[in-house]
Amino acid sequence: MEEQSLSQRLHIDFPLLSGIIILCLIGLVILYSAGGQDIDLVYRQAIKLSIALIGMIIVAQLPPAVLERWSLWLFIFGVVLLLLVIFFGDVGKGAQRWLDLGIFRFQPSEIMKLTVPMMVASYLADKSLPPKFSWVVIVCILITIPVLLIAKQPDLGTSLLVATAGFSVLFIAGISWRLLMSMGILAAAGAPILWYFMHDYQKQRVLTLLNPEQDPLGAGYHIIQSKIAIGSGGFYGKGWLNGTQSHLEFLPERSTDFIFAVFCEEFGMIGVLLLLCVYLFIISRGLYIAINAQNTYGRLLASGLTLTFFVYIFVNMGMVTGQLPVVGVPLPLISHGGTSMVTLMIGFGILMAIHTHRRFLSF
Amino acid sequence: MVKEITLKDSEHETGVIAKRVYFAGFVILFLVIIIILRVFYLTVLQHDHFTTLSKSNRVKITPIPPIRGLIYSREGVVLAENKPTFSLEVIPEQIDDVENIIKQLKAIISIEDKDIERFKKALKKQRRFENVALRYNLNEEEVALFAVNRHRFPGVDVVAGLNRFYPLGEKLVHTIGYVGRIDEDDVKQLNASNYSGTSHIGKLGIEKSYESLLHGEVGYQQVEVNAQGRVIRVLSRTPPKPGENLNLTIDLSLQQIAIDALKDKRGAIVAMDPVNGDILTFVSSPGYDPNKFVNGIDSKSYKALLSSKDKPLINRVIRGKYPPGSTIKPFLGMVALDSGVRQFHDESWCPGWYSLKGHEHRYRDWKKQGHGHTDLHKAITQSCDVYFYILAYELGIDRIFEGLSQFGFGKESGIDIDGEAKGLLPSQEWKRKALGQAWYPGETLIMGIGQGYALSTPLQLAKATASLANRGDVVRPRLVSSTSNSITSDIITLPVIHEDKVAINEKDHWDNIIKSMRDVVHGAGGTAWRSGLNTEYEFAGKTGTAQVIGIAQDKEYKKEEIAEEFQDHALFIAFAPVEAPRIAVAIIVENGGGGSKAAAPIARKIFDEFMKNETDTETKG
Repeated sequence: MEEQSLSQRLHIDFPLLSGIIILCLIGLVILYSAGGQDIDLVYRQAIKLSIALIGMIIVAQLPPAVLERWSLWLFIFGVVLLLLVIFFGDVGKGAQRWLDLGIFRFQPSEIMKLTVPMMVASYLADKSLPPKFSWVVIVCILITIPVLLIAKQPDLGTSLLVATAGFSVLFIAGISWRLLMSMGILAAAGAPILWYFMHDYQKQRVLTLLNPEQDPLGAGYHIIQSKIAIGSGGFYGKGWLNGTQSHLEFLPERSTDFIFAVFCEEFGMIGVLLLLCVYLFIISRGLYIAINAQNTYGRLLASGLTLTFFVYIFVNMGMVTGQLPVVGVPLPLISHGGTSMVTLMIGFGILMAIHTHRRFLSF
Repeated sequence: MVKEITLKDSEHETGVIAKRVYFAGFVILFLVIIIILRVFYLTVLQHDHFTTLSKSNRVKITPIPPIRGLIYSREGVVLAENKPTFSLEVIPEQIDDVENIIKQLKAIISIEDKDIERFKKALKKQRRFENVALRYNLNEEEVALFAVNRHRFPGVDVVAGLNRFYPLGEKLVHTIGYVGRIDEDDVKQLNASNYSGTSHIGKLGIEKSYESLLHGEVGYQQVEVNAQGRVIRVLSRTPPKPGENLNLTIDLSLQQIAIDALKDKRGAIVAMDPVNGDILTFVSSPGYDPNKFVNGIDSKSYKALLSSKDKPLINRVIRGKYPPGSTIKPFLGMVALDSGVRQFHDESWCPGWYSLKGHEHRYRDWKKQGHGHTDLHKAITQSCDVYFYILAYELGIDRIFEGLSQFGFGKESGIDIDGEAKGLLPSQEWKRKALGQAWYPGETLIMGIGQGYALSTPLQLAKATASLANRGDVVRPRLVSSTSNSITSDIITLPVIHEDKVAINEKDHWDNIIKSMRDVVHGAGGTAWRSGLNTEYEFAGKTGTAQVIGIAQDKEYKKEEIAEEFQDHALFIAFAPVEAPRIAVAIIVENGGGGSKAAAPIARKIFDEFMKNETDTETKG
C-alpha cells in the first residue's frame, strides 16, 4: 500500500475547495452591496454557507460505492416526496414547492437535482457503453417522471435543471449522435402539439417568457432594469457599493436571481472576466475529476454534476443579460438563499468523494 | 503499478466517456465566450446608451388598472357601477419594520386584526416593489388624518380606487353575480400583468363569464420618483383600455313583477323572447345582497346565507333541478304525433287509474273519477295522466329520450353564464351506467307525466317552451345582447344563435299542440282557465305539479296534512301571443301546490305587462 496523501485521508479536494471558497467570498462581498449594506444579511448567509460546506465535507466521506448502491432508493425517496408536495405541500409565491417538516421547510425538487443524475449513472454504470436504444428509453422515462412532477408545481426553472442533470449523464455515457438528434427533432415536433392543448393564459405566459419586453410590468421590467445596470457599469464598473441602479431599488430581486446585474454594475466587464475564470476553474477541476474517476459510475456522475453546475451559470447569466427567458435560476454560490446552495455543495461533496476514495492494487 | 479495478471492456468505455467530456468542455468554452461577448456588448459598446438611461433612471413603471365596464338593463338602467373609494397601501420594499409601521398607523386609523392578517398574507405573495393594501374603504376623515401624518410614513400612501356597486342589490344577484377580491385560484388562471393593478375579479354570473370583456386592458405610466420612491411627476402614460359596457336583455319592469310574485317564496321565473333568445326575466328567489361579497363577506353573514333553509345562494334558474311534471305533456304529445304512435284525435279510456298487464300497481290519475274518453287535445287541456301513461308506454323510453332531447331536455341550454346544471333526461343507457340496473316499464309510464328520474332546470323548460312556440326553431338563450365601448361608443351586437331545429316538419302537429295549449288557458275545462279570463291577447300554456314526496298507494294527497316543505312544486310554462309568440315563460313555485293556482297567475301578470309595453312602443313608433 502506498502512503495516502492528506487529500485522500481527509477526502477533500483542495483545488475544488479553494475555488468554492473564493466564489463564496465573492458572493458575500456582493451580497453586502446588493442587500443594502445589511451586515446581518451577510452574516446569516455566511452561516448558511458554513453549514453547507460542512455538509459537503460530510458527503465527501462517503465512498462512491455506497452512493451507487443508494442511488435507486434515493431516487424513489425523492419521487415520493414530490408526490407528497403535490398533495400536502405548502404554497409559497403561488407555487407548491415546499414540504413542511415542522422544524424546517424544504423543496424536494432540489433533491432531484442530485438523485436524478445519480440514478441515471448507476443505471448505466454496469452496462456496456455507448448505451443501447432500449436503455436510453428507460433513462428518458426515469428522467421524465420527476421532471413532470416538478413542472406541475409549477417550477419550470428547477424542472429544466433536473432534466439537464439527467440528460448530461446520458450524453456523457455516449448516446449516439443520431439518437440525440432524433430526440431533439421529436421534442421540436412535440412543442406545437403541446401548444395546441394549452389554455390561452398559459400561451400568454410562454409568449411573455420568450419576449419579456412585451410585458413591461412583469418579466420585462426585470430585464430592462438589469440591462441598464449591466450596461451602465462599463468596462471597469462603478466600484463596490457604488452601483446606483441597485441601490436606488430599481433592480428587483437584486440579491437573489439578479445578483449578477449588481456584480456587473459594480465590477464591470473586468469583474465578469475574473468571475468566469473562477467558475471555469471549478468546472475544469470537475471534468478532470470525471475523466480520472475509477469507475463508470464515478465518471458519469462527476461529469453530469459538473455540466449541471455550468448550466446553472449559463442560464442565470443568459437570463440576467437578456438572452434567455426569465426562469428563476440562481447564480450558483453567489445568489442569496439557502436551499439551492446546499444542493450544490452536496454535489461538490460527491465530486470530492469520487476523487478521494481511490482503491489501489499493488502487483 | 497502479491499476483500476474494472470488470468490463474498460478501455473502450473510458474512451467513449473521455471523448464526450472533451466535447462538453468545448461547448462550455463556446458558451462562456457568448456570455463574454454579450457582457462586452452591454458594458462597452452600449455603455453610453445605458449610462444615459441609468442617469435618468429615476423613472419607474407603474400599472394603471382599467375601469371595469358597466352593466345596463334593457332600458339602460345601470345595474353594476364603479364607486370611488380610498385604500391605505404599503410598498414593502420601502419599509424596514412592518410591525412598527402598523403599530404607528393603528394610532391614527383603525386597523383590525383581520386586515393585518390578510395584509401579511398578501405581503408574502407579492413582489417587494408592488403596493399591498392594508385597509380598504377609508372614510373621508381617515383620509384626512393620514394626509396630515403622511410625512411620518414613507412607503405608505392613500390610493384612490373604484369599488364595484350593485344599485339594485339582490334583485339581479343571480343574473349579474358579483366581483370579489382576486384569490389564489384566480391568480392561477389570469394574465398576471394585465391584472397588475386590479384587485377584483368577476366571481359569479355575468361578472364572471364576461370577465375578459368587462375587465379591459391595463395601462401603465412612467413616473419619476425621488430616492424614497415617492412619485414626483408622471412622464408618460399609456392609458388603459376600459372594459366594455354590457347591455343586458333583462327587462326591469318584468323582472320586478316576477320578483314581487315570488316574494317570501322559493322558486324561479324565466321569461325569454323566442325569436332572439333574449332573457327578459331571470329570477331565482330568494336572492341576497351581492354588495356584501365585493370586499369579502364576514363569516357570520356568510354562514347565515349558507345555512338558511331557503338556500338563497343557489341559482335556481340554472341550477335548480325539478321534476317537469305535467309541463312535459305537450312535448311528449309532439313526439307521439311525429312518431305516428298517436293521431291527434285517437282516444284512450281514462277510468282514473292505469295498470300494466299482469301488475297490481295502479298508476293513478290526478282526477279520481277519471276523464272518460280522452283524445290528445283533452289530455293536454285537462292534463289527463292516464292518457299519457298509455302514450308513454307505447312510445317506449328510447323514442321519448330521442324526442325530448331535441327540445333540449337533459342538456345545458348554453346561456352565457357559467354553472348551468344539465338536469336529467333518463334513458336505458343512463340507468345502466348510473344505477347499474335495467329500465323498467313502470318508469316509462311515469315519464309520461314528467315524474320519476326526469329533472329539468327552469331555464331548460323556458327554452323548450320557446322552441315549441317557434314551431321547432331552437334559439340559444342569452343575457347580453350587445356590448358598447365607452371611449369609441362602438356598439357590437352579439349574434342570435340558432341551434339544430326540432326535426318535426308536419305543420298540423305544431298547430294541434299549440291549439291545445291555448285551450289550457282559453278553452272550456282548461286547467288554467282562470288565468285566461278577460285578456286582450291570447296565450298558450301548460300547468304542472311536481311531487316532492311519494304518496302511498292507498293514501290521498291532502294539502293541509303535509308540512310546507313537502308540498308539491307548482309549475307553469306559457307563451304569448299565440299567433306570433314574443315571450315564453317557465315558472316554478317551490312547494306552492298546484300549477294552475300558484304559477299560472304569475304568467298572466308578466304577459299583461309585456303586452302593454309592446302596444305602447307600437303606438309610439
